[in-house]
Amino acid sequence: MSAGLPAVAGRRRNADRAARAGLLVLTLVALVPLVLIVFELLSKGLGAWSWTFFTTDPTGRFLGDPGGIRSAIIGSIVMVAIATAIAVPIGIGVALYLVEYGKSSRFADVVRYFVDVMTGVPSVVFGLFVYIVLVVSQIGGTFAGWKGSVALALLMLPVVTRSGEVVLNLVPDGLREAALALGAPRWRVVARIVLPTALPGLTTGSLLAVARAAGETAPLLFTVAFVNGLSLDPSARMNSLPLQIFNDVGQAQDRLVQRAWGAALTLVVLILLVTLLARFIQKRSRLA
Amino acid sequence: MAAGSISATGDRPNLGRSPGSRLDPWMQYVLTGLAALILALIGFFFVRLFVEARPAFDRFGYFGFVFDNNWDVSRSQYGAWPLLVGTLITSGIALVIGVPIAIAAALYVTELCPVRLRQPLTILLELLAAVPSVVYGLWGIFVLAPKLLPAEKWFSDTVSFLPFVGGTVSIPNYFVAGLILAIMILPIVSAIAREVMATVPVENKEAALALGATRWEMIRLAVLPYSRAGISGAAMLGLGRAIGETIAVTIVIGNAPNVGKSVFSQGYTLAAVIANEFGEAASDPIHRAALIAAGLVLFVLTLFVNAIARAFVNRGVRRERIVPQGMAG
Repeated sequence: MSAGLPAVAGRRRNADRAARAGLLVLTLVALVPLVLIVFELLSKGLGAWSWTFFTTDPTGRFLGDPGGIRSAIIGSIVMVAIATAIAVPIGIGVALYLVEYGKSSRFADVVRYFVDVMTGVPSVVFGLFVYIVLVVSQIGGTFAGWKGSVALALLMLPVVTRSGEVVLNLVPDGLREAALALGAPRWRVVARIVLPTALPGLTTGSLLAVARAAGETAPLLFTVAFVNGLSLDPSARMNSLPLQIFNDVGQAQDRLVQRAWGAALTLVVLILLVTLLARFIQKRSRLA
Repeated sequence: MAAGSISATGDRPNLGRSPGSRLDPWMQYVLTGLAALILALIGFFFVRLFVEARPAFDRFGYFGFVFDNNWDVSRSQYGAWPLLVGTLITSGIALVIGVPIAIAAALYVTELCPVRLRQPLTILLELLAAVPSVVYGLWGIFVLAPKLLPAEKWFSDTVSFLPFVGGTVSIPNYFVAGLILAIMILPIVSAIAREVMATVPVENKEAALALGATRWEMIRLAVLPYSRAGISGAAMLGLGRAIGETIAVTIVIGNAPNVGKSVFSQGYTLAAVIANEFGEAASDPIHRAALIAAGLVLFVLTLFVNAIARAFVNRGVRRERIVPQGMAG
């Protein structure tokens, strides 16, 4: 610290230096895997990228041209979009209940607790649940894209609700009271004042949930099942990026592993784009 | 009710109510219904898993299913002990490696690093969380595991006197799975630890510094004791993640249904067995019930770990409002 004070005694000074150096080294160690993974993703993934890689579907042939990942990209986007359409309205609805009505009532606390419980449930268990409820029972056939979306929506729901609750709590009570004092009914206050004010934050939370769902493999495994061809019909089997990668890794053939690296880079880039968009919207929000 | 208060209730003609207020109760019903839906969903969830797992529990008993070291698909024997052991070993390794590094990184970012570096370092640490599980698996099996093999062999030969080390080293093994899990839990543990450390009152830190403490002594005397509960909670949440992690582990653990002799043996985990055997189990009811039972054990395990984690984190948060008792923890 400042000059003029007696220097800290040798042993204590050395301990301080050693500890600081140790913490710095461990922090750098934490960054090593990131550097290694990014390096491998770029060096192997970019090699797989080409025009045809993005415009053809996997062929599923054991020899010859393995094909690209078009069906996987489109399938992932469709399934995550449906999952978002399910999870975001319900998730924000529950958050609205907790902030506007439940507050600190007994029931609201129980709901909060179970939302937390949902956050901790492993994604593979959600997959099992949807398999039991929707696939085994043969509702609308066996494996289908929308069933995968339901499994993903279960994963997204607690993320949307938790972040939504935080953001809705940031909306100043003064705004609500002003609107109520002007004679606006409660639903109008929510629809016209609370939701618009919280919109950027709610969007950020939803996009982060999307980023989480997009990379999930386990819940899709037994709800959508793997298929090579392109399908735009969510009531049929659909391909997806995570399942494509998982499948190619399992085959352990060089050209398929090559495609897995290309698909992995694509998936990571898509997830990063969504995450960046979420952060950008968060920065522009007026709520802290 | 006195006569004067009547005018304040609904009898008054249309002054206090706006025309649209008829919708208000409906909004409340709908939103409350959605909240109740969450509870119903989780209840239904648990019941359905249990009902579907029943055949396995009936055949092998609850105790037998969990503690029998006997997972043999070809003979229709399902004792989940090897899977449970695999889950505990891999997530144990993940904790031992991942948590100290995550805490060190959190300490460095909140207490030591130049302010200009704080934001970029935080972003870099959180980038690890953006990598999907299946990509960790891909990297783990084709890059990490082969590169690690010589080092593992050397270690295994040199210190083979230690328990659970020595013997043959396979490319996919418990250790690689644990290492991958350590990397995967690092961002979440570090993020929560950072949040907890940010709640340490500046007064406590300045008091330590004013008494002549070095930075490290300040961390030891003011930061760590204050945030101990929160850090334990962060570690437990990391454990919960590690236990439930599926695809990355399925790819790098080798999927051998027995208890490995060393940390460099192939193994299996509860989550991996579900992902790996589900395809073949669809047509075999008892196999399917066993996998769902494995899922139920996994579910209960994560519930338990997360409940402990939440208790710790809440204790850390509640402390915020209380003046901390003495600093020399």
